[in-house]
Formats: sequence, structure tokens, C-alpha cells
Amino acid sequence: MTEAAVCPVPHENRTHPLGAPAGFEEAISNGPVKMLWPNGVEAWVVSSYAGVRQVLSDRRFSANKEGGPEMRTEGEQILGLPQPGNMNVMDGDEHLRLRRPLSRAFMVKRLNEMRPRIQEIVDQHFDEMERGGEPADLVSSVCLPVPSLVIAELLGVGAEHQALFQATAREMLGKNGSKAEYEAKAAELGEVLAKVVDEKKASGSTDDLIGLMVNDTDFEMDELLMLAIGLLVAGHETTSNFFGLFTLTLFENPDQLAVLKRDPSRADVIVEELLRYTIGKLGGAGIARRALEDVEVDGVTIRAGDWVTVSSHANLDEQLCPHASELDLERRAVPHLGFGFGPHQCLGANLARVELQILLRTLFTRFPNVRPAIPVAEMAFREDMITYGAAAIPVVWS
Amino acid sequence: MTVRIDQTKCIGSGQCVLAAPDVFDQSDSDGLGLVLIAEPPAELLPGVRDAVDRCPAQVVSLEE
Ligand code: HEM
Ligand code: SF4
Repeated sequence: MTEAAVCPVPHENRTHPLGAPAGFEEAISNGPVKMLWPNGVEAWVVSSYAGVRQVLSDRRFSANKEGGPEMRTEGEQILGLPQPGNMNVMDGDEHLRLRRPLSRAFMVKRLNEMRPRIQEIVDQHFDEMERGGEPADLVSSVCLPVPSLVIAELLGVGAEHQALFQATAREMLGKNGSKAEYEAKAAELGEVLAKVVDEKKASGSTDDLIGLMVNDTDFEMDELLMLAIGLLVAGHETTSNFFGLFTLTLFENPDQLAVLKRDPSRADVIVEELLRYTIGKLGGAGIARRALEDVEVDGVTIRAGDWVTVSSHANLDEQLCPHASELDLERRAVPHLGFGFGPHQCLGANLARVELQILLRTLFTRFPNVRPAIPVAEMAFREDMITYGAAAIPVVWS
Repeated sequence: MTVRIDQTKCIGSGQCVLAAPDVFDQSDSDGLGLVLIAEPPAELLPGVRDAVDRCPAQVVSLEE
């Protein structure tokens, strides 16, 4: 077998703000290739629908990311959930021990019960946006504040702590550079959460995530606090970025936006197609795994010890659905890979779905004429290893 | 046609419930997937096949 040529991993330079990094699609067009990451690690990129499902569900690939590919050379990446409650780097039973007890809080029926409260939070933020007048920044007025408030609610952070929780969370999540600053803020947030933990202990409640962890699991205190902070981190930027990116995708595809406006009650199916298409288009080399044994994937042998990254470009594979490279909001929901696959598939997927459905439906029914105040191509975007989104989305609606 | 869930590897993701709400539920005690109708009528089978495809832990099966 011939050794594949290794190219540097394309990142940051996107030819279109809603498209893949320049050179990425060409690089993957002939099946798995190896790419060199900025920290000197080489990793295969798998981008077919079947290949990505295989890598993410085959137990011969480990999720332990120690020594793996990173965008930054200094290893100052803070986006991985903090230790020791970082289920994202664990395998097998160790992973299930942390993940399973939380799934009750993310049950489909639990989240459906939360819909009225989420709608209320969303309405309040659109009210404020409207009062502030045009043009408004959708990112700072809605995308950013809504998901962290919703997570506070899910965790069970009571009204009396929410202002402090929000303020500290905002400062922590805003720290895009220094690990030390981030950790200092995380510690402050831990203090707020420790008070909440004491209250749950006293009340014996299992009605919310913190109550559930305190009163119905064997989690140690440090694990529990880190899991709570980890959920805030994992669920905050992703949801807020994608609400912004979905809105921009719709602005760029007016015929498809018309489909949503015609029947906003289909928001659930529409969100699935937006997840599939928008995440697929952004492409790039994403989630990392490491082979524990030699494994055949898409016709190449990945050797034991090799790093593999999967690309969300798999969402545009015709194996998944017909005319997969097109946005088609009339399509039925298909099993896309926007939330990953296998045992690590996004824990918050059902929460993100409910939030995105409510946000999109509310935006376009309350403000049917909403449109960008400047061309999308002129907007500023922020790029990080796994999160990418618009820094600001100025909109007008009258 | 019989629907089964192997609960030993289920991660309680609820994708089966989204795919076929009449056939699947999640347990109130641990969030894991439950089969409500083990022998679903023909009109529910497309949803069940969708659940088989979508289940991230690949533990939903439909057998003859
Ligand atoms: C549109 C929004 C979101 C997207 C696109 C997204 C995407 C993903 C993906 C692709 C993974 C898999 C990572 C892997 O396989 O290693 C993941 C994992 C995870 N996500 Fe999300 N996510 C979103 C929202 C959320 C929310 C709202 C929460 C929590 C409240 C959350 C919590 C998590 C956690 C805890 C994991 C780790 C699960 C594990 O390792 O078992 N995510 N997410
Ligand atoms: S989809 Fe699979 S993993 Fe998720 S609850 Fe159903 S059976 Fe369990």
C-alpha cells in the first residue's frame, strides 16, 4: 500500500463565512488523507458518512485525546471540558458512569416540559431587542444570553443565584486566551455552584441536574462541580453560534427561508436540515479519536496508535440523502452527524434542538421582515478549534 | 417483526423516541430507552427503521 501524502490541516481561511476552510474539500476528495496539525501531530481525516459513523462508534477507537491533534501549539486549549468530570475523553464503563446518570435530565419528555419556560426566556430577549431599536446585534441580544440562562435553569440554579451565575459564566466564557484567567473564573463559578449543591442536599430534590447529581449518583464533589461547569461550557457557545449561523444560512437562501415562514410549525424538521447542511458545509477536520488496533476504514488501514479526525463534511455525502449538498427544508429529518455518533454523541442534543426550534420560530414569526443590516460577507467571524460563529449579526426588521 | 433495545449499552439519548414516539419511551428512573410496542403494526415500521439508523449506541434492533 502507498503512504498517503501529508498536507497541513486547512483551517481559518474560509472562502465563504458559511463554507469549509480553503483547500479542505479538495484535500479530502479522494478518500482518507493524513493532515499535519499545528502542534506537529499527524491525523487521518475520514469524511464519508459510513466512515464517520464507523470511527465514532467502533470501540477500537479511543476518545482519550492526550497528545492528540490541536489547533494551538502551546496546548492552551480550554474548550475541552475541564477535568475530572470530562466524559468526552473517557471510554467504555468509565464514560458510561459519568454520562448515564445525566441522561434523565436530557430526556425528550423532560425537555418538552421545559418548552414553555424556554419560550418565555426567548420572548423576553426578543422584547428587549425590539425595545432597543434598529439595528440590533442578534448575537449579543439573543444568541449569547439565552443558552446560558437555559442551562442555569436545567442545572437548577435558583433565581437568587442566577444573576451571579450569569455574570461569572459570561466572564469565564469570554476568556478566549489565558488558561489561568479561565480557571480563576471557573473557580468563582464553582463557589456559586457549591451553594446550590448545599441547597439540593438539604431539600433532597432530584428535579434538576444538580439535584439529580447530588442526591442520586455516586459522583464526588469535584466531579460534580466540573460536570456542571462543563455542561455550561459545552452547551453555551455551540447553541449560540449555531442559532446565528442558521439565521445567516436562511438569509443567504431566501427561497428556503420562505419554506420556514410558510409553515413555522415544521421548525423541528427544519432544524434537523439546518444542522445537517450548515454543519456539513463548514466541514473541516473535527472530532479526534485514536486507533487502539489496526482498523480498515474507507479502504485504508489505520494503524494502532494513529490519530483520526472525522469531518462534518460527511453530512453532505449522498449516502445520507439525495442532493445532499443542497439545503432542502422540505426534506424529512435524516440521521445526520451534526451531533456526532456513537457513545459520545452530544449529550445536550435534545436541549439544543428545542432551543434552536423555539429561537428560529420566534425570530421569523415575530419579525417576518428581519434581514441583515450589512452584507453577510462583511460580518466578522470568530474561529476556534471546535466553535465557529459570527462575532456580531446586525439586523433590521421594519 | 420484533423490536428490541439492548439496554446494557444504551446511553439514554432518546433518538428512538424522536424517531418513533409511539413505539419508544425513556425510563423515568434512568432515562434509558424502552420499547412500548414490541410487535409494532406495519404503519409504525418506517419510524422504527429510522430509530435503528439513528440510535447512536446502535442498540435498537428490528428482527423478523
Ligand atoms: C447546536 C448545538 C450543539 C452541537 C452542534 C453539539 C455538538 C456536539 C458533538 C459533535 C459532540 C460529540 C463529540 C465527540 O464525539 O467527541 C458533542 C458532545 C457533547 N456535547 Fe454537544 N453540541 C451542541 C450543544 C450542546 C449542549 C446544549 C450541551 C449541554 C447542555 C452539550 C453538551 C455536550 C456534552 C456534555 C458532550 C460530551 C458527550 C460525551 O462525551 O459523551 N452540547 N456535542
Ligand atoms: S436511541 Fe439508542 S441509545 Fe438512545 S435511548 Fe434509544 S436505545 Fe438508548
